[in-house]
Amino acid sequence: MSVETNIRFQSPPELSAFRDRLSSERRDDINRITICAGTGCVAKGSIRVFEKFTEAIESRQLDATVELKISGCHGFCENGPLVVMKPAGILYMEVRERDVDDIVEKTVTTGEIIERLLYKDPVSGERARNEDEIPFYKKQMRVVLRNIGKIDPNNIDDYIAVGGYSSLAKVLSGLQPEEVISMIERSGLRGRGGGGFPTGRKWRSCRNAPGDIHYVVCNGDEGDPGAFMDRSLMEGDPHSILEGMIIGAYAIGAEDGFVYVRMEYPLAIERLLNAIRDAEVYGLLGGNILGSGFDFRIRINRGGGAFVCGESTALMASLEGRAGEPRAKYIHTVEKGLWDKPTNLNNVETWANVPPIIERGPEWFSSLGTDGSKGTKVFSLVGKVKNTGLVEVPMGITLREILFDIGGGVKGTKKFKAVQTGGPSGGCLVVDVEEKGKKGAFNLIDLPVDFDRLTEVGSMMGSGGMIVMDEDDCMVDVAKYFLSFLKEESCGKCVPCREGIRHMLTILDRITNGEGSAEDLQLLEELAETIAEASLCALGTQAPNPILSTLNYFRSEYEAHIFEGKCPAGVCKQLVTYSISADNCTGCTLCAKNCPAGCISGEPKELHTLDSSTCIKCGICYDVCNFDAVIRR
Amino acid sequence: MSKIKEVRPEKVAEILESFEHRVDSLIMILQDIQEEYRYLPEDALRIVADDLDLPLSQLYEVATFYRSFSLEPRGTHEVKVCLGTACHLRGGPMILENFERVLGVKAGQTTPDLDFTLETVNCVGACALAPLVLVDSDYHGETRPSKVKDILGKYSQK
Ligand SMILES: Cc1cc2nc3c(=O)[nH]c(=O)nc-3n(C[C@H](O)[C@H](O)[C@H](O)COP(=O)(O)O)c2cc1C
Ligand code: FES
Repeated sequence: MSVETNIRFQSPPELSAFRDRLSSERRDDINRITICAGTGCVAKGSIRVFEKFTEAIESRQLDATVELKISGCHGFCENGPLVVMKPAGILYMEVRERDVDDIVEKTVTTGEIIERLLYKDPVSGERARNEDEIPFYKKQMRVVLRNIGKIDPNNIDDYIAVGGYSSLAKVLSGLQPEEVISMIERSGLRGRGGGGFPTGRKWRSCRNAPGDIHYVVCNGDEGDPGAFMDRSLMEGDPHSILEGMIIGAYAIGAEDGFVYVRMEYPLAIERLLNAIRDAEVYGLLGGNILGSGFDFRIRINRGGGAFVCGESTALMASLEGRAGEPRAKYIHTVEKGLWDKPTNLNNVETWANVPPIIERGPEWFSSLGTDGSKGTKVFSLVGKVKNTGLVEVPMGITLREILFDIGGGVKGTKKFKAVQTGGPSGGCLVVDVEEKGKKGAFNLIDLPVDFDRLTEVGSMMGSGGMIVMDEDDCMVDVAKYFLSFLKEESCGKCVPCREGIRHMLTILDRITNGEGSAEDLQLLEELAETIAEASLCALGTQAPNPILSTLNYFRSEYEAHIFEGKCPAGVCKQLVTYSISADNCTGCTLCAKNCPAGCISGEPKELHTLDSSTCIKCGICYDVCNFDAVIRR
Repeated sequence: MSKIKEVRPEKVAEILESFEHRVDSLIMILQDIQEEYRYLPEDALRIVADDLDLPLSQLYEVATFYRSFSLEPRGTHEVKVCLGTACHLRGGPMILENFERVLGVKAGQTTPDLDFTLETVNCVGACALAPLVLVDSDYHGETRPSKVKDILGKYSQK
């Protein structure tokens, strides 16, 4: 999609006249087919589906009445590739290349709906035609994700048509920087990058910091492994982030901005670059924005693949072309940040909240959510949950509503066990649906989710990762996983973090190998306290959280490893053995043929046996067996 | 044919030019050099250090700090096994072990014939497809231990 290069808005009214023109030219009589091109759907083949649609439409000479578009991630990645048919608003799921001809011939030509591609309710079996009828979407409240799935992220006109850049126009039409800051303050917006720091207050300190040069930075490093809300925003609605940053820069008095994006997100980088180029052409970025005399430029920087670079001071070191090591907190980045100039850093989602706040007013925003946490939050719901995807909900909604009403409950036949929030330095919380014997602190299913409640129960909001675990997940293994992640990612500058995490991990290794002792648990708690107290940045001070929360809520699992030499969930490799069940084995020979260690023997149609002394526990037999005859315990 | 490209100063100069010789783009400059040569050759680092007027030691500091850089030649194909949280829970570590066994190298290493480099990655943002393996830029979702050999087969000797 290319922009009209002869357009350059000289004033806010010119922009709104252009928007009016777009809406008057918009034809409602044509079919619009929108194909999701977020990373999840692309990985499932949505680009090939798009190409197939292009062919199918050309070959039937339907170009004049059908418009093909791409969109960002709708959030319902579990069921991708997703295709939306307008004007009827039908949502098709798991669309493959082979379905395309059918869709064009039926839905496009005659309006017939293809039942098999509609969402099917797992309980009632009923089909749903559009998003609003699907429980996954019904309880959501889309403020930040309002445009995603609806607009083509590579098309600036799409964004303008839905009201994009009108908040910027409003600001530049007569609001003073002070007034903008006051609006953000009154909205109660808190940073979405993990710390929850009040955004308006940060802007004000940065504006007030002495110096001619100020910078604004967008943190798109999204280091939390297993979370992708920022990716989805950058890919699906890049202009809303840019608009937020331009407004912020005006309020703070910055002329240069940076977006730091992790290198694992090539698509996000590409879409942001396109968005910047187009906004510059239209005069919404660059010199003399909308004829106001205000200048602001944005550059994109790719990260180098280090988790700690998501931390504000490390990120700035990295932007300066150095190793990303954090520095002590007593020097504030709002006073001395990038190249020692006052710098205001906000998370992707924080920036994307700015345009709606300006447009609809701070009072509207602060009417959403709870006392201490206003607005909505985007969560990335992953793990053993039925509906993996992105969900945006008002702050204060309960875990039950997120996990069941939206998430659809646990995937498969196992029981829910825990939910982990806050990323690697967050905590694991018990959720017990049947509530047998577990009440109060030990069953958090009805916990309202906001910044303060999550911290009270020993976890945190973090950037919005929410990982669901079932009976098959070992809590000691989970703690070990996060700790080894943090060990790898510790920059090594301060001793408590570098050495402390390593020691905690050694102890956990011992426990998961069945060699732990009762003193180990106490030692873990002591180490945790020291690390939390003495580390330089939050990577270290929060590193003990995964251990402390699992020790608190799932102590019996640690004890089973230590005292019984067992991993109750059957995860810890040293403690599990493979065997073959005499009841289920049909003698199909599949496992023996695939076993790379040659440790399975048996005649066709007869019971097979597995020699556990030569078994390498690669899991292939368990995976290929069609009769549930391989036992891992 | 040698699998290692020789450093051409003009190519390095071109990369530097594309980032307007800006120090705040150093990481991206090095990433593009790595993309070109599949590692960071010393000759290229010296050219960058001279051009940006940075001490060579700073370049080595950066090159060893970030996991995207390698000072040794990488394989033709890069296999990245996701060990993000969602992939971990759905069996990522076992997938990795199977790649290690079949390729005969550990994560972070390259096969002696320079065909494959095995790496791990912490979430590529497609968690609905966990466990996930990325080979070059192809996503292989819902991978299972028994699929590992087939996946590699698609890239061998290509
Ligand atoms: C180890 C570590 C990693 C972090 N990673 C991220 C990240 O990936 N993205 C992010 O926005 N903030 C991250 N943060 C938080 C940032 O330091 C900073 O608080 C935040 O970007 C500020 O933006 P906000 O006020 O809009 O939340 C991280 C912090 C720490 C200590
Ligand atoms: S955890 Fe593997 S893609 Fe997110």
